[in-house]
Amino acid sequence: MISQFFVLSQRGDNIVFRDYRGDIQKGSAEIFFRKVKFWKEDGETEAPPVFNVDGVNYFHVKVVGLLFVATTRANVSPSLVLELLQRIARVTKDYLGILNEDSIRKNFVLVYELLDEVIDFGYVQTTSTEVLKSSVFNEPIMVDSAHMPPLGPAALFMQGNKRMPGTAVTKSVVANEPGGRKREEIFVDIIEKISVTFSSSGYILTSEIDGTIQMKSYLSGNPEIRLALNEDLNIGRGGRSVYDYGGSSGSGAVILDDCNFHESVHLDSFDVDRTLTLVPPDGEFPVMNYRMTQEFKPPFRINTLIEEAGSLKAEVILKIRAEFPQNITANTVVIQMPVPTYTSRVSFELEPGAVGQVTDFKESNKKLEWGLKKIVGGSEHTLRAKLTFSHESHGNITKEAGPVSMTFTIPMYNCSRLQVKYLQIAKKSKTYNPYRWVRYVTQANSYVARI
Amino acid sequence: MAPPAQSQRSPSPSQPSGKGEVSDLKMQLRQLAGSRAPGTDDSKRDLFKKVISYMTVGIDVSSVFSEMVMCSATSDIVLKKMCYLYVGNYAKYNPDLALLTINFLQRDCKDEDPMIRGLALRSLCSLRVPNLVEYLVGPLGAGLKDGNSYVRMVASVGVLKLYHISPSTCLDADFPALLKHLMLNDPDAQVVANCLSALQEIWGLEASSSEEAVREREALISKPIIYFLLNRIKEFSEWAQCTILELVSKYAPPDSNEIFDIMNLLEDRLQHANGAVVLATIKLFLQLTLSMTDVHQQVYERIKAPLLTLVSSGSPEQSYAVLSHLHLLVMRAPMLFASDYKHLYCQYNEPFYVKKLKLEMLTAVANESNTYEIVTELCEYAANVDIPIARESIRAVGKIALQQYDVNAIVDRLLQFLEMEKDYVTAETLVLVKDLLRKYPQWSHDCIAVIGNISSNNVQEPKAKAALIWMLGEYAQDMQDAPYALEGLIDDWEDEISPEVRLHLLTAVMKCFFRRPPETQKALGAALAAGLADMHQDVHDRALFYYRLLQHNVSVANSVVNPIKQAVSVFADTQSSEIKDRIFDEFNSLSVLYQKPSYMFTDKEHQGPEDLGNLSIGAEPADDILPAQRVEANDKDLLLSTTEKEESRAHVNNDSAYNAPAFDNSLSQLSVPQTQGDLVSLGPTYTQQPSSTIDDIFGLGLPVTASAPSPAPPLLKLKTKPVLDPTAFQQKWRQLPVSVSQEGSITPQGVAAMTTPQALLRHMQAHDIHCIASGGKSPNFKFFFFAQKADDPSNFLVECIINSSTCTAQLKIKADDQTATQAFVTLFQSALSNFGMA
Repeated sequence: MISQFFVLSQRGDNIVFRDYRGDIQKGSAEIFFRKVKFWKEDGETEAPPVFNVDGVNYFHVKVVGLLFVATTRANVSPSLVLELLQRIARVTKDYLGILNEDSIRKNFVLVYELLDEVIDFGYVQTTSTEVLKSSVFNEPIMVDSAHMPPLGPAALFMQGNKRMPGTAVTKSVVANEPGGRKREEIFVDIIEKISVTFSSSGYILTSEIDGTIQMKSYLSGNPEIRLALNEDLNIGRGGRSVYDYGGSSGSGAVILDDCNFHESVHLDSFDVDRTLTLVPPDGEFPVMNYRMTQEFKPPFRINTLIEEAGSLKAEVILKIRAEFPQNITANTVVIQMPVPTYTSRVSFELEPGAVGQVTDFKESNKKLEWGLKKIVGGSEHTLRAKLTFSHESHGNITKEAGPVSMTFTIPMYNCSRLQVKYLQIAKKSKTYNPYRWVRYVTQANSYVARI
Repeated sequence: MAPPAQSQRSPSPSQPSGKGEVSDLKMQLRQLAGSRAPGTDDSKRDLFKKVISYMTVGIDVSSVFSEMVMCSATSDIVLKKMCYLYVGNYAKYNPDLALLTINFLQRDCKDEDPMIRGLALRSLCSLRVPNLVEYLVGPLGAGLKDGNSYVRMVASVGVLKLYHISPSTCLDADFPALLKHLMLNDPDAQVVANCLSALQEIWGLEASSSEEAVREREALISKPIIYFLLNRIKEFSEWAQCTILELVSKYAPPDSNEIFDIMNLLEDRLQHANGAVVLATIKLFLQLTLSMTDVHQQVYERIKAPLLTLVSSGSPEQSYAVLSHLHLLVMRAPMLFASDYKHLYCQYNEPFYVKKLKLEMLTAVANESNTYEIVTELCEYAANVDIPIARESIRAVGKIALQQYDVNAIVDRLLQFLEMEKDYVTAETLVLVKDLLRKYPQWSHDCIAVIGNISSNNVQEPKAKAALIWMLGEYAQDMQDAPYALEGLIDDWEDEISPEVRLHLLTAVMKCFFRRPPETQKALGAALAAGLADMHQDVHDRALFYYRLLQHNVSVANSVVNPIKQAVSVFADTQSSEIKDRIFDEFNSLSVLYQKPSYMFTDKEHQGPEDLGNLSIGAEPADDILPAQRVEANDKDLLLSTTEKEESRAHVNNDSAYNAPAFDNSLSQLSVPQTQGDLVSLGPTYTQQPSSTIDDIFGLGLPVTASAPSPAPPLLKLKTKPVLDPTAFQQKWRQLPVSVSQEGSITPQGVAAMTTPQALLRHMQAHDIHCIASGGKSPNFKFFFFAQKADDPSNFLVECIINSSTCTAQLKIKADDQTATQAFVTLFQSALSNFGMA
């Protein structure tokens, strides 16, 4: 049972504050904020998502720079409360279209309406956007979406790729569009976060894909939907060791280690033909989460070379090769590499004719940073950096630098080869033909090359 | 809602602060109150919004209470809701004004729109004004019978709110019975769930004072109700499913078929995207199969994949919560996760608290086949720029080495760390090398060669410095410049801020002196002089002790400072297995995240229903590891405690030798009357557990009482033929806190008699104390005893570890009735000390 729920801005202001049980003294928001802001325990500077101060348990999740917080005195399930906080954020976003400090401030009465119905006396009543519709009466006041980053992974589509209508995902589920009529459309996003660790010799030590099929439906009348995945999809790796790569890569079958499903999903025919049947509830939700450790082709190869050049100098050569098709483009690529702490100066040398590339030496944490706006499939890019040291290095400088880490986003590409083969909307009328958007994206989670 | 706090916060530009605004609002509201002009509602909405926004930021707007109430006469539902919110927030602090709202709320409770009925009822119950409860009973009764499920949903929680304002009103109106009826008959799943939550809370709180409540609470975990809920599980929201699964985990099915039925029914819950549902299901599965070792293990295998999926999907916060549970399971059964070690590798962008859990898990799962790879991975982290993680990683490598796998290679790695020449790496490594040497003295040769090259100037952290000094003293004969290194350190005595380091320095220089007297003599003199002048009590005492010891007899001094040491076999675990079991019982709760059982961080009231619920079931399935494994585990504990003490004991002896006699005397004089006093006054007044200091006094005093010619006859009578089956014993053992933990003695004759294992059991039985399990091998024997009071079924449980070489017994006693513990302890001790005397 939850005692209080509140949302704090980055500065610690209450944006909404709801007390459900009245068993926690006032000032809890201040106590919480001070604790998080000045966290210092066993050398950590980052507060864990759950902590206890004087018998009060504080839970928080960070969403778009805001802190969503719940308090309780009872020994509750932490997963339940953290999941709930996340869900409150999602429901709020469904209603407001965009979730940020501004939109919550403008719509705080609506948010209170939601909070009244989501939790009663500390017990969760419902988090279904659909059920809540019947008890929310305020009209959302829309805020300008132009430069507001929205919530969640679907934000990836906001970058204005022509094939993907970015603005649609920032639409409220209740607000009518200016034209009065709502556009019938449904979005299915396959979002994959990949983690790869390369050894110093370029060999893959570990790799994992964490994927989500996310859906957001604006269809009227809640029609049933069928979603067909790869027919040769396998789940569970049986008795084989998870990291036993042998052979599977050639067969073309997609093998997931494990997956889970939203409660609206019916799996009746999943075992037979790999189709998921569901009546999508309003709002954004994950249809399926999956995890895969099957071998896959990593989208980038990273080559790093460090050479000493005299006693106070060294040269770093970073080489990135994009190993995906030419019609695909990765964007917002950033490569980081820690250098020895006694590095005092770095000069960079980009390849001739480089466009959209920036380099930086982060003095405070002694890191090289190399940003590339775009990388086209099949291309290769090199950066040379000359390091100057403040004092002589003792021994092996490769031990004092690295590892190289990389972040990127690759739209319309997924490493697992999991596909939505078709998306069928069951509706009688022949003229009914809503827009269907099936979009893929790959993102780096932890993409690391050791040197 | 937020209490009407005076704004303590400094006003920010977006947040008005002043009184002026509030009185302005008051004026405007008053003007609108009677108005029927078109557009009034819109202006009201704007004003109400302002009031609510002031309230949110903590400005006291209670002064507009009457105006708000006056404005509430409206059919606009948005306005009504804002008004309800306002009223709910301030009513508690303005009970007189709250009376004003009763009227319109009661009227709204009869509105034809069910939404308004529900909202009004919710607000009515949220006023939290004790003298208004009489107005709640009628609307609540009607609400529970309302035709609309929304209203019933609100009403069922309303009953709970009423209970919290006035328990007697709630019970007198017989609302719990109505809730129970609704729970079993309502077609709406959320109504059912709310009734269940309310009943659990009400009976949980009532249980301490009412027999009936205890019965009612147990009825909630009876088969019909459990089955009724389980069969409808998919109709419930994911949140209500969690409540139900938690309830079912308290239910103990009578046979294994039922267990399998339940598990098969809920199998698909493990594929739920909501981590809370999955964890609740896992808890249930683990609890159900505790007594079935094979199936229990299968459950572990089955839940691995879903847990790992939850860890990697969802927000970092959610995955942390799940990872903590995975951590608990891994630490419980590391071998089951040995092949999954790669999933536990850290990712560079994970927060510290996640990496720390992962490192602990990696340490635990290391075995013969994966140690090489794990240690290689850990060495990567050790070289990392992230210093706290580098430190943790080095510690992890050291722990793995202490687990005995592939020590050879690891020692090499550790020594390589020293070559990295990073201060913090060197510091951590030194501490580890010291621990390693204590366990594997055979490695001293390799280690000493490297340690000898470390200049103490490069070591600043006290722990590391102390470790280095310990090694200098311990291996003085193998390290060429040990005396000179120590001499250098003694020269800097004044600048050494850590007393721990100075203590080590004294001991090390003593050790060194006995091995290389001519070279060390000067340093020893300087150290003793500095120590005697030291302001720190312990340092001063130790220096004085060494000084007198040397004066007294040099060879005795040598044997005190350089005794023959046994290698440490296992280092102490920081947490007792008992605490770990309790945390496991509280799976899927904060206990797992905090790594503490709930009684350590919640107050009594909030431990509430859950805990008590567990107690009342009675027949929780037992894990069948009772005698053998338990004993084994505890043998390890025993070793730990002795070995860990090894060093400190020497030092305790040293310290106390100075003033021990007087101190001891006073204690034994004190303790005799006190023990007897307690025996006499044993009664309801003696409710608190003895504090640890008193405990000590008892511990010291007891042998005296025991050997006294005839101790006062104990007031406690025990049942001759008590009954307690091993399962119940185990469950009780796990649930009860230790009420007394002390040392007892056993006569040498007794030890001799123990060659026939049954002898002690028969002896204790003659004193109505019965053995339920025993085991162990010389010199450590372990027994579990139990006894029951003659006049009521209250149990005493004893864990007794007898060390036959020292003639001592470690006792841990738990009791249902804490007040009688001391009497029982006396009885037990005297029985034990009589053993072998007859």
